[in-house]
Amino acid sequence: MFQISTKRIHLVVFFLLSVIEANHHVTNIIPESALLICFGFILGGIIWGADKAQTFTLTPTVFFFYLLPQVILDAGYSMPNKLFFSNMGAILVYAVIGTCWNAASLGLSLWGCHMGGAMGDLDIGLLQYLLFGSLIAAVDPVAVIAVFEQVHVNEVLFIMVFGESLLNDGVTVVLFNVFDAFVSLGGAKINAVEIIKGIISFFVVAFGGSLVGFVFGLLISLLTRCTKNIQIIEPGFVFVLGYLAYLTAEMLSLSAILSIVFCGMCCQKYINSNMDENSVNTVRYAMKVFANGSETIIFVFLGISAIDKTLWVWNTGFILLTLLFVIVYRFIGVFFLTWILNKFRLVPLEVIDQVIMSYGGLRGAVAYGLAMMLDENKIKEKNLMVCTTLIVVYFTVIIQGITMKPLVTWLKVRRAAVSELTLIEKVQNKVFDHMLVAIEDISGQIGHNYMRDKWNYFEEKWMSRVLMKPSARKNRDRLFKVFHQLNLKDAMSYVAEGEHQGSLEFVRNKNAFIDFKKKNIDDDYYEVMPDIMADMSDDHSEMSSDRRDPVPSVSLEMHEQNMKAVRESEDINTHHLLQQHLYRGRKQHRHRYSRSHFDVNKDEGEVQEVFQRTMRSRLESFKSAKMGVAPPKTLSKHPKKEQQQKTSNGKSLDKTRSYYSGDEDFEFSEGDSASGFDPSYNAMSVRVTYRAGAGIENLGFMPDLDHAPSVQLPPWLEDSSSVVPSQRAQVHLPWSHSSLRRLAPLQTSTRSTDSDDPPNAQQIDLPPPPTETTHPGGHRGTQENI
Amino acid sequence: MGSSSSSTERIPDAQELMQETGFSAAHLVRLYERFEFLDKDDRGELRLDDFEAVSELAMNPIGDRIIGAFFSPGRETVDFPSFVRILAHFRPTDTNRTRNGRNGAQPEPANSRTSKLKFAFQLYDQDRDGKVSREELLQVLRMMLEMQVTEEQLQSIAERAIQEADLDRDDAISFDEFKKSLEKVDIEHKMSVRFLE
Repeated sequence: MFQISTKRIHLVVFFLLSVIEANHHVTNIIPESALLICFGFILGGIIWGADKAQTFTLTPTVFFFYLLPQVILDAGYSMPNKLFFSNMGAILVYAVIGTCWNAASLGLSLWGCHMGGAMGDLDIGLLQYLLFGSLIAAVDPVAVIAVFEQVHVNEVLFIMVFGESLLNDGVTVVLFNVFDAFVSLGGAKINAVEIIKGIISFFVVAFGGSLVGFVFGLLISLLTRCTKNIQIIEPGFVFVLGYLAYLTAEMLSLSAILSIVFCGMCCQKYINSNMDENSVNTVRYAMKVFANGSETIIFVFLGISAIDKTLWVWNTGFILLTLLFVIVYRFIGVFFLTWILNKFRLVPLEVIDQVIMSYGGLRGAVAYGLAMMLDENKIKEKNLMVCTTLIVVYFTVIIQGITMKPLVTWLKVRRAAVSELTLIEKVQNKVFDHMLVAIEDISGQIGHNYMRDKWNYFEEKWMSRVLMKPSARKNRDRLFKVFHQLNLKDAMSYVAEGEHQGSLEFVRNKNAFIDFKKKNIDDDYYEVMPDIMADMSDDHSEMSSDRRDPVPSVSLEMHEQNMKAVRESEDINTHHLLQQHLYRGRKQHRHRYSRSHFDVNKDEGEVQEVFQRTMRSRLESFKSAKMGVAPPKTLSKHPKKEQQQKTSNGKSLDKTRSYYSGDEDFEFSEGDSASGFDPSYNAMSVRVTYRAGAGIENLGFMPDLDHAPSVQLPPWLEDSSSVVPSQRAQVHLPWSHSSLRRLAPLQTSTRSTDSDDPPNAQQIDLPPPPTETTHPGGHRGTQENI
Repeated sequence: MGSSSSSTERIPDAQELMQETGFSAAHLVRLYERFEFLDKDDRGELRLDDFEAVSELAMNPIGDRIIGAFFSPGRETVDFPSFVRILAHFRPTDTNRTRNGRNGAQPEPANSRTSKLKFAFQLYDQDRDGKVSREELLQVLRMMLEMQVTEEQLQSIAERAIQEADLDRDDAISFDEFKKSLEKVDIEHKMSVRFLE
């Protein structure tokens, strides 16, 4: 008889994991977790066969202290904060009230059935039923992640279930401990005092746990602020302190899961900006690895633990009734609570979402761990409870996991009337979506939130000051204001260089700003924001042509190809085209929380595109409005105005500033979000794209004294490298810096006196020289001006 | 409705506005606060740059069109009643029949299906001639579609769209044709925002 060693088990596990990963067809149908459990069965069988005893079981200690923390830390660290907090109310309702309801109803019903004799002879009292109810009531985060990863639901739905699964730990811990204590006390000694103590302990446990987590999150942020010189161990800190948060809370008998979740959520923003890019990547990767590993082991062990003859007690009534009640009460609970919540929510949760939410109330290893923690002396039927828990877990993870995806598809299909929509309908549906988002933004239904504004302000002023590296903060500020720091000399030299390189360079040169940026920005800047300036900062040398997006050539090709393609387009193609290319809009953004992929927000490109376009068109309309203004000939420098513009975040004394602060708000609130979101938004708002041309051409700067409608085209927000402008787009491009209010009027006017171009929106700054049709217009004009 | 709120006193013509738009006093107060928030210079009216200061609108493909819808033709400012009137289009449709303007005396409420459609129609029909020409449709399509879509593709989409909807063959979409092509769409839900109190 050979001994199964732990090492061999691990090897087998990882081997199998890679096999599973490789076969996506399987995992499309059966969630990984289910496969792992089945594999655990097999493995358990082998072990049982070899050792005649289950040497490997998932002990509560191992689970709660070694396996669970990583998973939860990863969850907290990758949590989209903004989404989470905006749905916080609903999540709390589900987590607290929902779990209590589940526990109570389950316990009471089982007890009722027991009394009714459906379960035969069991030695379980009411309190024990309630205890059992409390441990099986909780939705499990591990299982939820595992299953929802396969099923791509909309982000609100996901965050509801996921948030609920994380927060309900506070309730579960309390309920479990309270009922455990009650069971020890015995029924007779329960009185109001005890119950009140129980309720108070809930608050203590929940808030205490969160507080501990929060404190540790701050600690991590502070630490990363100071570790500029020892970057190599920064990732280590994150993990160690995260784990410490968990242990501390556990030690204080507070909710450890809540603690580590809040730790992760609190620190993500700061450590992402404080730490070196490599460290951030390391942390992310390592988190995923650990979390994946833990999850795998958890599920395999869940399978292994089942193969244990000593464990199994079968009571048909108990088990089946539990299963039934778990599902039924979940549905009832969710629907009822949602019905109440929808009265208060802006975006009501649809019925489909509620169904998925109910169906997604999966139980997992946490319930099993808690069941194993039961004291068999006090609870005679512990084995039965453990068995039932296992069966419930298997049912939810395997069966519900497998059927989840088909269910979702089926429901959606059933809902949408399959009659083909006309093009007008399709477009109009999108128009409506965008319209609603816009109206909500204007009327402040979502954006303008007093508490959130207050929090953002507080956060910027105080917390960031303490927790973020000064250079990170400075650059956050600076990048917003970079365009103010138009340095005439630099701009001129930039243009000179451009001229030197020949006119064609400008045609090809989408990233012309790179040069400028190079000259103008300190090393400090690069050093601190390497990840954000990622694709620009690598290349400190001459603009190499392969660094630049070969956009023009691509678009030329595209043009030719499209000419052919267009001739073949039919009705179907047109519809397909429309469907593919409509902007999806904000509400549609899908958050993919995935164990195996990083969230790269693909919508970033869309948002940037839209943003650029909007800015361009605003610029154009502003231009056409301003045509014909008499140009002042003064050559005053505008840095004075720039100084004015250096404002502290959030404060605004004039409109442009208010705009900027609005923008910053945007950046920060988005910056709150998960690491997946973070780079995208950070990148978008922070990528400095200098349009130096305009700065040059307008040698005379006139501070715009009157309140002209400001055309805010903060060029730092433009990012050309991710956008592939078609021919059409390029023609419209005002690749100029002329968006600045104060510059714009002058610019148009200088041009209009010099040129005899029609005041046409396309002639943004300057008459394009005949040789160029698509170029960043500013540059040419600059030269002529000089 | 009719709940007395002393803060509506600050709002000029509050009662009439409430009557006309159907917003409750609480809604109106909140909208007024929002109006004041947007109105950075305390001018009592909003201008283009105030709207543009809402940064999220820049991310919206049709953000500028929506902004434009607030401004009556020829006017450069939006006062509070106009602000509210436009927003009233987005109130959820009243389910009680009495407000649906079935009797001829009452004008069509702002949030009826027809009014909502009219608002949507006017997003396309910028020159207010009652028809959405091919060019106007193209403009909207350009805004709504990614930049990768070429001009030719856009043209063909616009062409097909007009063909599908244009019943009287005048190469433009009138309001009635627009309404007809959207008759299956649940406008009441698609164009409603639940306003906070």
